[in-house]
Amino acid sequence: MRAYTPKDDVQAKAYYTDRFYVAPQVPKQDVQSDAVFAADLAAIKAKFEVKDAFIQVTNMVVYINANDIYSLLEFMRDELEYTQLTEMSAIDWLAKDNTFEIFYQMLSMNKRKRIRIKYSIKKGQAVDSVEKLFRSADWSEREMFDMFGIEANNHPFMKRILMPYDWQGHPLLKTYPLQGDEFAAWYEVDKIYGKEARDVIGPEIRDTARVDRYDSERFARLGYEVPKGTKITDDMEKTEQSYQEEGGVFMITKFDKASSKIIDDPQR
Amino acid sequence: MAQVKNRLSPFFENITFDREDNELVLNFGPQHPSAHGQLRLMLHLQQEQIVKAHPDVGYLHRGMEKMAENMIYNEFMPTTDRMDYIASSSNNYGFALAVEKLIGLEVPRRSKVIRMLLLEINRLMSHLFWLATTALDIGAMTVFLYAFREREYLMDIIEGYCGARLTHAAIRIGGVPLDIQDSFLHQLRVFLNKLPQNIKDYEDLLDTNRIWLMRMEEVGTISKEMALSWGCTGPMLRASGFAWDLRKEEPYELYDEVEFNVPYSDKGDNFARYRIYMEEMRESAKILYQVIEMYEKCVDNDETALMAHAPKYISAPKIDIMTQNYSLMQHFVLVTQGMRPPVGEVYVATESPKGELGFFINSQGGPYPYRLKLRAPSFWHTGILTDLLPGHYIPDVVSIIGTTNIVFGEVDR
Repeated sequence: MRAYTPKDDVQAKAYYTDRFYVAPQVPKQDVQSDAVFAADLAAIKAKFEVKDAFIQVTNMVVYINANDIYSLLEFMRDELEYTQLTEMSAIDWLAKDNTFEIFYQMLSMNKRKRIRIKYSIKKGQAVDSVEKLFRSADWSEREMFDMFGIEANNHPFMKRILMPYDWQGHPLLKTYPLQGDEFAAWYEVDKIYGKEARDVIGPEIRDTARVDRYDSERFARLGYEVPKGTKITDDMEKTEQSYQEEGGVFMITKFDKASSKIIDDPQR
Repeated sequence: MAQVKNRLSPFFENITFDREDNELVLNFGPQHPSAHGQLRLMLHLQQEQIVKAHPDVGYLHRGMEKMAENMIYNEFMPTTDRMDYIASSSNNYGFALAVEKLIGLEVPRRSKVIRMLLLEINRLMSHLFWLATTALDIGAMTVFLYAFREREYLMDIIEGYCGARLTHAAIRIGGVPLDIQDSFLHQLRVFLNKLPQNIKDYEDLLDTNRIWLMRMEEVGTISKEMALSWGCTGPMLRASGFAWDLRKEEPYELYDEVEFNVPYSDKGDNFARYRIYMEEMRESAKILYQVIEMYEKCVDNDETALMAHAPKYISAPKIDIMTQNYSLMQHFVLVTQGMRPPVGEVYVATESPKGELGFFINSQGGPYPYRLKLRAPSFWHTGILTDLLPGHYIPDVVSIIGTTNIVFGEVDR
């Protein structure tokens, strides 16, 4: 029977899993253990609903409601001195509970602190753009849209940024295979030669590690070299190749394997 | 702007424009020698002045974040080389540090010292490369040749260490794989003793050069607000008036034990950035002298460990693998299955030569990261061109792209 592969997450899976293995946790500290974070969190809690907050590896993580994000970041920028939006993107949890988790990595240069704001949205829901607050979100949100298909409301130019404009599919979704989907395999063929050439050319081979030992047109066969285009059969002899002209080259003695002493002691 | 001094009056005798507004759209790149890679800029021009700029990136997109989700942690290390390929050890280091923070690992002192040597050599390599290419774009061929000559020495030292010149993969999660070779410190000292004179040579050629000043001064001025809003980091931020260097502010490795200054300027123009790169090279040299001493102290104190001892995550030293059964088994498991860091999230930022290089890792306890986000500084340093270029002239585009120091391996990832 063929092994079951989940369709909602086609990423690489661990080959070996221990049923009784309990993964350890990265320790979380209480927010009260850091005075600056505690004050910031108190200020945020006074105005916004905070679902959860803790410190993990020197960053404070704050979970909020999706529709608070614009006013919260504005508040943090203007009142709490978190003046830089370092990074923002999403995490795909569609396979687990049909949500995306969006995170905003904020930096305060005066306090030397970093806060990560997080919230969840359902699939198909759009986020509020914070591009008016931080211009850096312009490109981040475009990248997020490109990679996950999450749109940002009020964004001035909601277009793909890294993938081609006419691409279909969002590559960082867990449902998107590493070597691309059907559309990806035909994209360049259609673009360059046209759809009518599909039969002649065939789909693009997107497995970078693919080796076809029966194909002597495109693949070398070390130790079994044959002229290009030779039809390969399974019962072929090993062909020793000579890489030097028979007549020899000026000043260079022809290498003769039989009469050479081969030193195989690495410690020689 | 600054180009007014010697601006030529436009000469459009034989050209007619279709549109009434006299606007010309110029595609700058994606194959343009001074675009430093595959950058396509769509420039809307009124005569020679840019009224709207639209950078288009993605020509070098290889999907590294996707690859990371399908690779074990150690497997991803050589891929990080291909981000900022001008200073690849910085990327290796950023990733290694993020994973070490995730599993809570302390690295032996000797490998910290070696990492700092590599990081600072990479910074020098990157800055020399920046100087060379920017000067070449602006027309200063001599500086290009000089700076590449010096960079060659550094590449030779690195090649002696790890065998590669550009894609080093010289740092491992948990330490470094090898001790430095015997000639390393000697070669480095010879280089460092010459470097001040070399930097002075570049400065003699450029600092008072009329053409250089005209192309650099008051061109591409980034205000404080703009730098913050666009998430500028590294020299781009420091040139706009913030003395913010992660090596000082959030010290990692042994940067809190070395003396160095953070050069900054409040001008924010191309020339300020140029000065900062030059000063940072001097500071890197200063750091390297101190790190060489630290290394010698490690040798004197007989601190030989290079990799952290954490059997769950890091393979044992080679000698143990070859002699002890358990170490061999553990090594086999770690190579075939990969380490499984704890469940949690981490964002770790380091000061790469280009700016803040961040790695966000969400681990679900598996051998593959559940989500890995690469925060590459050049991404936003390219985005800022949207706001920075309007108002400038076409020749300024080249010098502004030059001083933003963007590398497309990093922008597109």
